[in-house]
Amino acid sequence: MAQPLVKKDDDRDDEADYSPFLGIEKGAVLQEARVFNDPQLDPRRCSQVITKLLYLLNQGETFTKVEATEVFFSVTKLFQSRDIGLRRMVYVMIKELSPSADEVIIVTSSLMKDMTSKTDMYRANAIRVLCRITDGTLLTQIERYLKQAIVDKNPVVASAALVSGIHLLQTNPEIVKRWSNEVQEAVQSRAALVQFHALALLHQIRQNDRLAVNKLVTSLTRGSVRSPLAQCLLIRYTSQVIRESANNTQTGDRPFYDFLEGCLRHKAEMVIFEAARAITELNGVTSRELTPAITVLQLFLSSSKPVLRFAAVRTLNKVAMTHPMAVTNCNIDMESLISDQNRSIATLAITTLLKTGNESSVDRLMKQITNFMSDIADEFKIVVVEAIRSLCLKFPLKHRSLMNFLSNILREEGGFEYKKAIVDSIVILIRDIPEAKESGLLHLCEFIEDCEFTYLSTQILHFLGIEGPKTSDPSKYIRYIYNRVHLENATVRAGAVSTLAKFGAMVDALKPRIFVLLRRCLFDNDDEVRDRATLYLNTLGGDGAVVETGEDVKEFLFGSLDIPLVNLENSLKNYELSEESFDIDSVPKEVKTQPLAEKKAPGKKPTGLSAPPTGPPSTVDAYERLLSSIPEFANFGKLFKSSAPVELTEAETEYAVNVVKHIFDGHVVFQFNCTNTIPEQLLENVTVIVDASEAEEFAEVATKPLRSLPYDSPGQTFVAFEKPEGVSAVGKFSNMLRFIVKEVDPSTGEAEEDGVEDEYQLEDLEVVAADYMLKVGVSNFRNAWESMGADCERVDEYGLGPRDSLAEAVNAVINLLGMQPCEVSIQCLFFFGIYAVDMDMHFTFTFLTALHWTVKYHVVNCFFTAIPV
Amino acid sequence: MELCPSVKNILLLDSEGKRIAVKYYSDDWPTNSAKEAFEKAVFTKTQKTNARTEAEITMFDNYVVVYKFVQDLHFFVTGGENENEIILATVLQGFFDAVGNLLRGTVDKKEALENLDLILLCLDEIVDGGIVLETDANVITGKVASHSIDAGAPLSEQTISQALATAREHFTRSLLK
Repeated sequence: MAQPLVKKDDDRDDEADYSPFLGIEKGAVLQEARVFNDPQLDPRRCSQVITKLLYLLNQGETFTKVEATEVFFSVTKLFQSRDIGLRRMVYVMIKELSPSADEVIIVTSSLMKDMTSKTDMYRANAIRVLCRITDGTLLTQIERYLKQAIVDKNPVVASAALVSGIHLLQTNPEIVKRWSNEVQEAVQSRAALVQFHALALLHQIRQNDRLAVNKLVTSLTRGSVRSPLAQCLLIRYTSQVIRESANNTQTGDRPFYDFLEGCLRHKAEMVIFEAARAITELNGVTSRELTPAITVLQLFLSSSKPVLRFAAVRTLNKVAMTHPMAVTNCNIDMESLISDQNRSIATLAITTLLKTGNESSVDRLMKQITNFMSDIADEFKIVVVEAIRSLCLKFPLKHRSLMNFLSNILREEGGFEYKKAIVDSIVILIRDIPEAKESGLLHLCEFIEDCEFTYLSTQILHFLGIEGPKTSDPSKYIRYIYNRVHLENATVRAGAVSTLAKFGAMVDALKPRIFVLLRRCLFDNDDEVRDRATLYLNTLGGDGAVVETGEDVKEFLFGSLDIPLVNLENSLKNYELSEESFDIDSVPKEVKTQPLAEKKAPGKKPTGLSAPPTGPPSTVDAYERLLSSIPEFANFGKLFKSSAPVELTEAETEYAVNVVKHIFDGHVVFQFNCTNTIPEQLLENVTVIVDASEAEEFAEVATKPLRSLPYDSPGQTFVAFEKPEGVSAVGKFSNMLRFIVKEVDPSTGEAEEDGVEDEYQLEDLEVVAADYMLKVGVSNFRNAWESMGADCERVDEYGLGPRDSLAEAVNAVINLLGMQPCEVSIQCLFFFGIYAVDMDMHFTFTFLTALHWTVKYHVVNCFFTAIPV
Repeated sequence: MELCPSVKNILLLDSEGKRIAVKYYSDDWPTNSAKEAFEKAVFTKTQKTNARTEAEITMFDNYVVVYKFVQDLHFFVTGGENENEIILATVLQGFFDAVGNLLRGTVDKKEALENLDLILLCLDEIVDGGIVLETDANVITGKVASHSIDAGAPLSEQTISQALATAREHFTRSLLK
């Protein structure tokens, strides 16, 4: 094919475009590396070979263990040469090879000699190399030199030692912490970067000591820090101090605000920007505090440097989310950025304008955006679509023009993610703005006429099935849906059949016509399509008689599955074929909260979609197995819920204890997880004495002591209480850890014969309402809610107190009530949970308005015998 | 937020997106293929932009990337999503200017590859393990270009050519300043 020809061209190009590394090969270079062993070293040649080796590594080539060792040993020979250039390459090479501990010993003495050399460049680099490759044992030997180097009068040497200190603090904190005096001296250095590195290290040494950090910030904000980088650091530390002290000083001026404001007049742009950003991120920042920061950011907007414009518009974009009014002053500058060469800047400007715009400017803005959309990439378009969605929710009266815009861009070219964002937006608008419903549904119908994405087609068909029957004229959607049965692939056809059936079930008048259509589907060439058609025809009574479809049939066909799919999948995997049929009620309903970090950055780390859900393998299962293995607790029935561990000791105390609360129908079991952190002690007969005098409804029934608790291997002890059945009893318990302590000889590891009885006070523990609440996810909150009926609803209001943000309010509700947040709408949050009282099922919904921070809760009290707890 | 300003990687690519010299300071890209994928993505994303007079900037996969091009060389500096953009731009400018100094005005791929040792040393002097070491291009150039014999070595050990080389280096250094 054309391949060889192209190759030839490439070669010719390469000739013209000569590279010294053309045709380089690992084997040959490794051979060349033998020159390192020559008795008469040629520094220039050796440098060249090292460069070649580094080139190979840089291109992604890897050396085998043997090769790396060989290269390393020959490179160490080069310490004989006094050529500085070569020595520099040797340093870089050693760092790249990252030798193992037994190899490090070979170069240690050479590097230690360089560390005490008269040549500054040797000292600085030897420190960096040695600290990179060394382990803790060697560190104590060179500590003295490092301390000296920190206060070395050559700034390069001092910086090298300080930066190495920052890295070493991660692995050998106790050693680096001893250097604080020297580091403190270096903070006063005249050299800008030494000051920066010293400040970074000093702060890291003291970061756990809030008072010391406070003192550091107080003293430095008064003096003058010379380096712009150090000043940026100081601004970050200052905002941290402000954040942490915010709760104590609610009244009066914010401490250190003047310092931040002063930095806005610094001569370095990085400092100005850092300060402006810090001010905008202050908790509960007032508009008076914001003004000076916004002013400097506004100046940046018209800078000739793209980086400054980007930084400013990105920060203002964030401010616009919480303080749209503060940013309106910049609107004129923002509008001129729409035509910015850098499309990231233009997109940020547009979305900021969409957030700050008022109702009257929407139309003008939309006109500008329409021109803009044609020349940006999909990823930017998605950002714009999302901004338009929130604008529409903010100004529902403008839904007509915004919906038209969305439908127009839906018809244009675009990738899946982009189209999905548009469809999602239309769906949300239909749900939240009743007037937009009919036109939105028709836009979606038109879209599926010519949609290349199966996923989107099925989603829209499903949505039509839910919303279509509720409109004034459901029949007009049927044509669009039935067209799909003719023209699409099997997946979409099956989806269309289900949607048709839904119309049939919900709208009695349409039934006969739907049945005609469904019967035609019986001849489809795909199994699934035929199966679905048959199922619907039979359950909905397709034998010709027009009957009203029963509630139970609807529930069976279209009811939501109130079990998380992950749990169902796990249960099905564990299910073994036997006489017993699979019982769907045995599937746990609790939603496993994923680690927050994972949710925040989807796809950032290559976790892989196929990877099994991480986290402890189904903690509920593990607890259940553990508890049922203890005879005392075996007759307590089925475990309803286990709480997350609650710490009963401070961090870094002699004994670490946390408790897990297991809730049963008539009992509560406390599982105390204890860890002994003293190597010289062995604890025996460990129990926790729980005083329930402040928890009247509870009566202790059993304790299970822990026979022995050696150093650093956690163990559990249990205490069980009886509580009135079906009552969500709450109360406070005070706890005392009691045990027999035996001394352990650290050299032999043997414990002494005799022990002493001792006690250790633990913190109190509480059983609260949230412990009786099971997090349950529902796929469609509104459907679940509406299916409850109004007669079983209570409405009440509780104040949540002042909260800084919606996210914080949500957390407060989760902590208080232990429910699962399901949906976030314009100003409402919906929670869902199952409440265990008397084994009746109570669905509890919480409705939270962001404006007033009050909780209205609707308790829906319906009896569900089908769902056991 | 990361308290100490940190650099995730520094890349020097050619006009086809191939590596000339790269240095990663973060574990975000554990394998070589992950690194190559990142480089390819960054290159394609920035290829069509004009970053020849002023440094340009973009957001990418929760990273901030600042970049600048000259001839057939593409310079990139990457930081975390919350990093101060201007600090990253300062690092980029330091790297860019230092390479310009070291290649004595002829800044292109051929010259860069022929002086790859200087570029690798330059990377080594700018950032150490993600922490900014130096951003002043002249200081960086000075540290990299001090290609002389160990000052502590007796003069007799220097050959004539080495002595000449030393003299030349001193000369160029004083010119560069």
